[in-house]
Amino acid sequence: MSDVTLRSDTDIPDSLLPEEPDGEVKRHVVEIDSHALNFGPQHPSAHGVLRLVLEMEGEVVARAIPHVGLLHRGTEKLIEYKTYPKALPYFDRLDYVSPMCEEQAFALAVEKLLDIEAPDRAKWIRVMFAEITRILNHILNLTSFGLDCGALTPALWGYEEREKLIEFYEAASGARFHANYVRPGGVAQDLPAGLEERIANWARTFPQWIDDLESLLTSNRIWKQRTVGIGVFTTEQALAWGFSGPCLRASGVPWDLRRSQPYDNYDKVQFNVPVGRQGDCYDRYLVRVAEMRESVKIINQCLEQIRPGPVKVLDHKITPPPRREMKRSMEALIHHFKLFTEGYHVPPGATYTVTETPKGEFGVYLVADGSNRPYRCKIRPTGFSHLQAIDEMSRRHMLADAVAIIGSLDLVFGEIDR
Amino acid sequence: MAEAQNLPAGQPRGVTGSLGAISFRLSTTVPGIMSAGIEKGELVVRTTRDRLLSLMTMLRDDPLYACQQVMDICGVDFPDRAERFEVVYNLLSVTHNHRIRVIVTTDETHPVPSVHQLWPAATWWEREAYDLFGILFTDQPDLRRILTDYGFEGHPLRKDFPLTGYVEMRYDEERRQVVYEPVDLVQDFRNFEFESPWEGILTLPGDEKAHADRHDIKRKG
Repeated sequence: MSDVTLRSDTDIPDSLLPEEPDGEVKRHVVEIDSHALNFGPQHPSAHGVLRLVLEMEGEVVARAIPHVGLLHRGTEKLIEYKTYPKALPYFDRLDYVSPMCEEQAFALAVEKLLDIEAPDRAKWIRVMFAEITRILNHILNLTSFGLDCGALTPALWGYEEREKLIEFYEAASGARFHANYVRPGGVAQDLPAGLEERIANWARTFPQWIDDLESLLTSNRIWKQRTVGIGVFTTEQALAWGFSGPCLRASGVPWDLRRSQPYDNYDKVQFNVPVGRQGDCYDRYLVRVAEMRESVKIINQCLEQIRPGPVKVLDHKITPPPRREMKRSMEALIHHFKLFTEGYHVPPGATYTVTETPKGEFGVYLVADGSNRPYRCKIRPTGFSHLQAIDEMSRRHMLADAVAIIGSLDLVFGEIDR
Repeated sequence: MAEAQNLPAGQPRGVTGSLGAISFRLSTTVPGIMSAGIEKGELVVRTTRDRLLSLMTMLRDDPLYACQQVMDICGVDFPDRAERFEVVYNLLSVTHNHRIRVIVTTDETHPVPSVHQLWPAATWWEREAYDLFGILFTDQPDLRRILTDYGFEGHPLRKDFPLTGYVEMRYDEERRQVVYEPVDLVQDFRNFEFESPWEGILTLPGDEKAHADRHDIKRKG
């Protein structure tokens, strides 16, 4: 420290201080009411790489400006350079908390353009795994939402339950997260023996877990203090801002694509659509909890109604032939080779196909030009509209409430940034 | 090609029924609609830029259509066309349970009227279309880039933008900062043409003489 010259009255090095003006010193007093706070992009409660510039007035949020795109990987551009089968795995990596629901959207879009329909068993498997995915997603969202508001235990319990569901994923597809399982024309392979019983056993015990979760949060006075009346969005606001899924239902719109525009076998299952009234963070939490209970009902109905049968269309120009056939049949070998190099050609046309993913409406606007690669594949992420409304939603709230609002919107940046 | 093994294709699921009536009503009563029809079971309306705003206002406010939500706005690039961009609006009515897709065309210089006054959610979708395609929107006060990097140049989803981009980024140990450099590919970019080599070739390599007569006839003709 000896070689650093210090001015007598401070301990700041001279080189860092502004130059002292000669002569008379003019002093200005500038009062600043607001200041900008940089939240993220590496903040644990930003749920990924959200950079939020908050203009604060004291501890009150005057304006919230989200900066997105830090996880932009150019998925839509990459898909334009891949064949249809090779484009599918990108969908796992969008919303990496609910992979299969997004694969389902792409698979349905391709099936619509190819004018094919998956066999019945494949549809049941899709519905069942879409609901498993919904629970997988809601567990992570609700527990990490709790974590943001200071409740540690739900997250610890939730990870244990998620692990069981991820094992079902692994048993069916071979992968824990990036399943690549729901494919155009069906699913990749049939369920292994015994998996249906394992899922049935789990579905018997899971409602108890939801009760446990609720005993921790639902009537917890700290939890209610942090969420009730926070981030209120009216029905009109939610519609105008393009909300969908649980966020829209929490604002009082009874809208569920599984019910209103059913795909796969959702028209053959009975379930309730939970709807909130207040449109605050607490309602969004309650809607998700109720949805998990409905998902268990749907899984049980799938297990009752599922029958043995083919799990993919038998046209081997679209789905790969069975392995054992390839050893004997020249045609099967050619089909296999052609499918995994060239893929299949999709007739020209465009479709906007949507699924109700755990976060809301996930859409794929797919434009085919008759070649084996998508001409344009626009992905409509769910969280994009929700995040856009955060400025309106968190205005005049405290800083800590902004964290609760982010948690209640269920944002995953894999899909928002694409 | 598609053998009889294909399972019968289902009816367009979900949105059915009144779509045909809407398309007929739109194409007969509303001025400025170039075409309205059902494509793949989905209602597609094509209009012009100067009629867009009045059509959108009507689709939102008229109780016959009642499209409360704009779920998605995106661009599509067709470089060969006179107006290369399509701007696609996917509207949703939660009361009538129908979707209407509105398409307008534009190019790099002609802006499209912004619909953010009708649906505030449109702002980010328009920013995205501007960022990825360079489509301009009038009366959009917040036309900044959204998905690409700070200071990014170009519009990556245009068909003439290379997949690898123009610049790459790395951390420079010596300068102790992130630097941008022109993309340097260790191997040439490989864009596989998946077209089968056996389709479209009439004369196989080594078979030239077999078709000598036909070539002569062609040359004479």
